Order: sequence, then structure tokens, then C-alpha cells
Amino acid sequence: MSTTEIDRQWTTRLRRRAAGKLPPEKLLPDTQPAYVSSWIYVFGVTTLAALVVVIVSGCILALEGPQWWHSSNIGHFVNSTHLWSVEIFFFAMIVHLWGKFFMGAWRGGRTLTWMTGCVTFFASILAGFTGYVSQTNFDSQWISTQSKDGINATGGGSFFNVLNLGQMLMWHIVILPIAAIALTGMHVLLVRIKGVVPPFEKDTEIAR
Amino acid sequence: MGWIGSIIPLDNLGHYLHWHFILISVSNLIVIGLMIVTFVAALLLPFPGRSRRKENQ
Amino acid sequence: MSKKAFRPDVDAPEWRGGYSPYDIIKEGTIAIVIVGLLTILLATFFGSPDERAITMKIWSNADPIDFAQTAISEMNGSSTTAGYGAPYNTASDGVQLGPLKIAKFMGVTIPINTVKDFIINPLKSWPNQPALNQDLATWSSASSSTQSGWVADYTKAAPNLKFVNGHIVAQTTNAGPVPALIDDLTQMAQSGALDQALVTGNGFYTTNYTKPLMFLADSGYLANLADKQHLTGSQWGMMNETGQYPGQAWLWLYTFWYQIPPFTTSSNADILVFAVMAVLSMALLFLPLIPGLRSIPRKSRVYRLIWREHYQG
Repeated sequence: MSTTEIDRQWTTRLRRRAAGKLPPEKLLPDTQPAYVSSWIYVFGVTTLAALVVVIVSGCILALEGPQWWHSSNIGHFVNSTHLWSVEIFFFAMIVHLWGKFFMGAWRGGRTLTWMTGCVTFFASILAGFTGYVSQTNFDSQWISTQSKDGINATGGGSFFNVLNLGQMLMWHIVILPIAAIALTGMHVLLVRIKGVVPPFEKDTEIAR
Repeated sequence: MGWIGSIIPLDNLGHYLHWHFILISVSNLIVIGLMIVTFVAALLLPFPGRSRRKENQ
Repeated sequence: MSKKAFRPDVDAPEWRGGYSPYDIIKEGTIAIVIVGLLTILLATFFGSPDERAITMKIWSNADPIDFAQTAISEMNGSSTTAGYGAPYNTASDGVQLGPLKIAKFMGVTIPINTVKDFIINPLKSWPNQPALNQDLATWSSASSSTQSGWVADYTKAAPNLKFVNGHIVAQTTNAGPVPALIDDLTQMAQSGALDQALVTGNGFYTTNYTKPLMFLADSGYLANLADKQHLTGSQWGMMNETGQYPGQAWLWLYTFWYQIPPFTTSSNADILVFAVMAVLSMALLFLPLIPGLRSIPRKSRVYRLIWREHYQG
């Protein structure tokens, strides 16, 4: 087996590209630029932490099935942690978004980082929505019958039926979590590859 | 409510503020207000570890 | 290498300054612990809402007249579902965006025939009802124009229905079997049998509640309950939650448009608001590429606060 043959292998190429783009020191850094010194930087990691709590509480709910929390005190408590971690998730995500906007965090080739963040936000809204309609209570009855009009108006209602509990639950616990986790993973990896955006140049606003 | 239920249940009818076409629940107003307060506080409050950072520069 | 002009809202200066120690794993661990504890604290103090679902049984017992009036609206085609259009039926073109009838184009993928699906088929499934079977036979053997005549006659009496001794009483003159059918459906609903009949269309198992939800949503009863909880569209309902819980506050902009003209008066509000939000979402997504908008952070100078240590240095 020649070296060139190994060089041409898909596996070799992928490993080399990945290692080149994201060496271990970048993936798990032990230093960061000195300008990273503000409380506004904690909201990204807070969003991630809230996502972890959302997923853990959701998995506990999944252990016992969609109707468990109506009849069990423990189930109801787990549902409460699911709700409040979602509130914290969106809270932190929106403050993170504001912070990154005012830093112009897309500068220096970070457009894709910004875009994956936005798409994660949109996917999270859909994930939250499918959760609301999967509650199997008055809330889900009302929210699903109201929101169907908006979704039907776009034509999406022909295949995305918000009144179909099974379909919504599947989206909520399979498709959208995978999407949210994959998008968040991409977003975080891009942040690690590109690094945190440096400040505007000191004379930037004088220059313009 | 069981032993692990809510200490301050929020199940009673909500309070709402109405101003022209704006109608918002007190709870949502608190959440949005807290978001803005948190954002401003994050910008203004000094971040710890400042002196150490200077040394390393 | 010739350098292009530096664009302050697109390019970032290269960092030549110092670095400080950063323990990313410790940071992540602390964040998870704090958020976890905060979640448990909030969950313990405030809990979460769980208003029980409304069944046909609850609705028809709480307001039998509203139930009967909704039932006749399903028969005469005046209910929201009966006149909806795609994806449920072809009764109307549905909402449109300018000349585009998107929903209609996608076709009827979730067919609902309100007379058959909400009234006749559930009644047929009710066992051991000889009188009802007679009425159903009379209905089935009549011509469609005769059926329409009966329904129209009952429709005239519908605003003045009474509920006497457990039965719906209508002042009709020539409504054929319709008064009996509506009364039987009300009885069936009150017994709880209708809930089952509406969902078992596909056999034993079901995970699809489209039909009972559409029927329920046509009622005045559900809307009244929602109105009390500030959940209707004109009450910014999309971002509200039952009780005093915070809702989906992040939907504030989406629900905002429904509160102002021209959306408040347009019958196409649903697609217009969606289109506006789609444009705004795209603007957010492509913000780094939009001149003017992408200059706001630099011109607002908020970054001076964020990096004030750097600028002082």
C-alpha cells in the first residue's frame, strides 16, 4: 500500500482537514484574547447550559411518556423544570443575540457563525412551539387550533398538521432536537475555529 | 398540589396591562424587562479578573 | 499581497494584544450548575400550568345550546371548518398573498367533510339506537335538496334553541330528521361517546386529533375560555400563557403585527404577517451582508462599553 493511496483516502483527507481547521488547542483553548472581559460574554455559555437542562428534563419526561406529567407530582415537577429551562434558554439566547449584534460579531469572516446562530434561534422557536402543542391540555388545544391558520396560509399546513398530536410530538422530541443540537454544535465549532471577534479599531468611527 | 408542586402557583387568571393596542401580561412584561435589565447590567457591571488580565498582557 | 480597503463592518482587525488564561470546561460546568439550580428553584416556586383539555363531553354539558348551534353550523356549511378551503376542503380559496393562493395550490391533503365526519358518521357508530337508525335512514335516503331544505329550516330556529329536560328543543316546521339528529348528537356528546367516535376514524390506535380539534375550534365555548385567559389573536394571545405564567415572549414581534392595521382588518392577515416576519427573519439572517444595517453596531458605539477595558488600555 503506497503512501499516496493512504493520502487519497476519504478518511485521511477528512481527518487532516478537521485537524488543520480545528486543532485541539483551538477546540479546547486554555487562553483567550485579553479583550474578552465583559459579563456579556457569559450569555452564550448560559444558552448552552440551558439547552443541556432542557434536553435532560425532556429526556426524563420521555422516560414516562407524553401524559405522565398530568397525573404524577414528580412528572409535573419535571415538566416545570422543562418549562423554566426553556424560558432561561430563550432569555439567555436573546441577550446573547443583542450582545453579538452590538459587537458586530460577524466581522472578520464570521458571517456563517452569525447565520448558524440565527437559524438555531428559528429552529428553537419551532421546537418550543411543537412542545406547546404537544402538552395534551387546554393550552395545546387552543394553540394548535389558532396556529393552524397561520401555517395553512403558507401552504405548510398541507404536510405540517399542527392538530396531529403524533406528528407534532415526533417533531418535538426527534427532528427538532436533532436540528437544534446539530446547529448549536456547528455554531460552537465555528466560534472555536474563527475565535471571538476582536474589537473595532480604536479610530474606526473617526475614520468614517 | 403535591409535596413537590409549586410554592407560589401561578394558576389564577393573569394580570394584564392595557395601553392603546398594547396588551401584555405582567409575567411577560417582567420577563422582557428582566432581559433588558440583564443586558444593560452585563454591559455596565465590571467583570472580575481585570487586574490579572492586565498583568498577562 | 495587495490589501483591499479595510471595511470596518465586514473585516476585523487582527488581534496582536495579549491573552489571558481561560478554563472553558470549568466555565461550562459552572454554567450548567447555575442554570440547573435556577431551573429547579423556579420550578419549585412557580410550577407550570396545566389546564385540563376540553372534551366534547365537557363542552356539551357546560353549554349544550352552543354545542347544538355549532353542530348545525357544520351541517349548513357556515362553520369555520366547513368554509375553510385547503387543506381541509374546497369550500373557499382560503387566504391569499396578492394573487397567490398558496394553500389552495397545495391542495386538500387533510380532507374533512363536516356533515359526514362530525355528524353522520359518529351518529352511525353509536350502538343500540333504533330510533336514531331510523332517522339516519331517512336522512340518507333523502335527496340533497331535501336535506338542504331540512337543514335550512333548522338553521332558522337555531338562534332560539332551548335545552329542556336534557334535550335540545328547536322550533322547526319542516326540518325532517335534523332536530332528532342534532339532539342525538348532543346526547352522544354528553355521554362522552362522541369524543371516542371522532378520534377512532383510523381504528383502535390514534395519535391524530385533527377532527375533534376542528369541531371544538368551531365552538363559541373554546373561544370564550381562551378570551378569559387573554389567549385570542387580538389579545397578543400567541405570546400569552394560561394563568399568570410567562408565555412565548419571544413571539412578541410576530403577534404584534396582528394588533395593528392593515393586518387587523385584512382577511389575509395570516399570510401577510407571515410574509412580513419572513422578510424580517431573512434580514436578521443576512444582516452581515446588508449595508447600512450592519453599520448600526459600530455607529451606536455600544461596543465601547463592552470593550471599555481594551479602549482604556
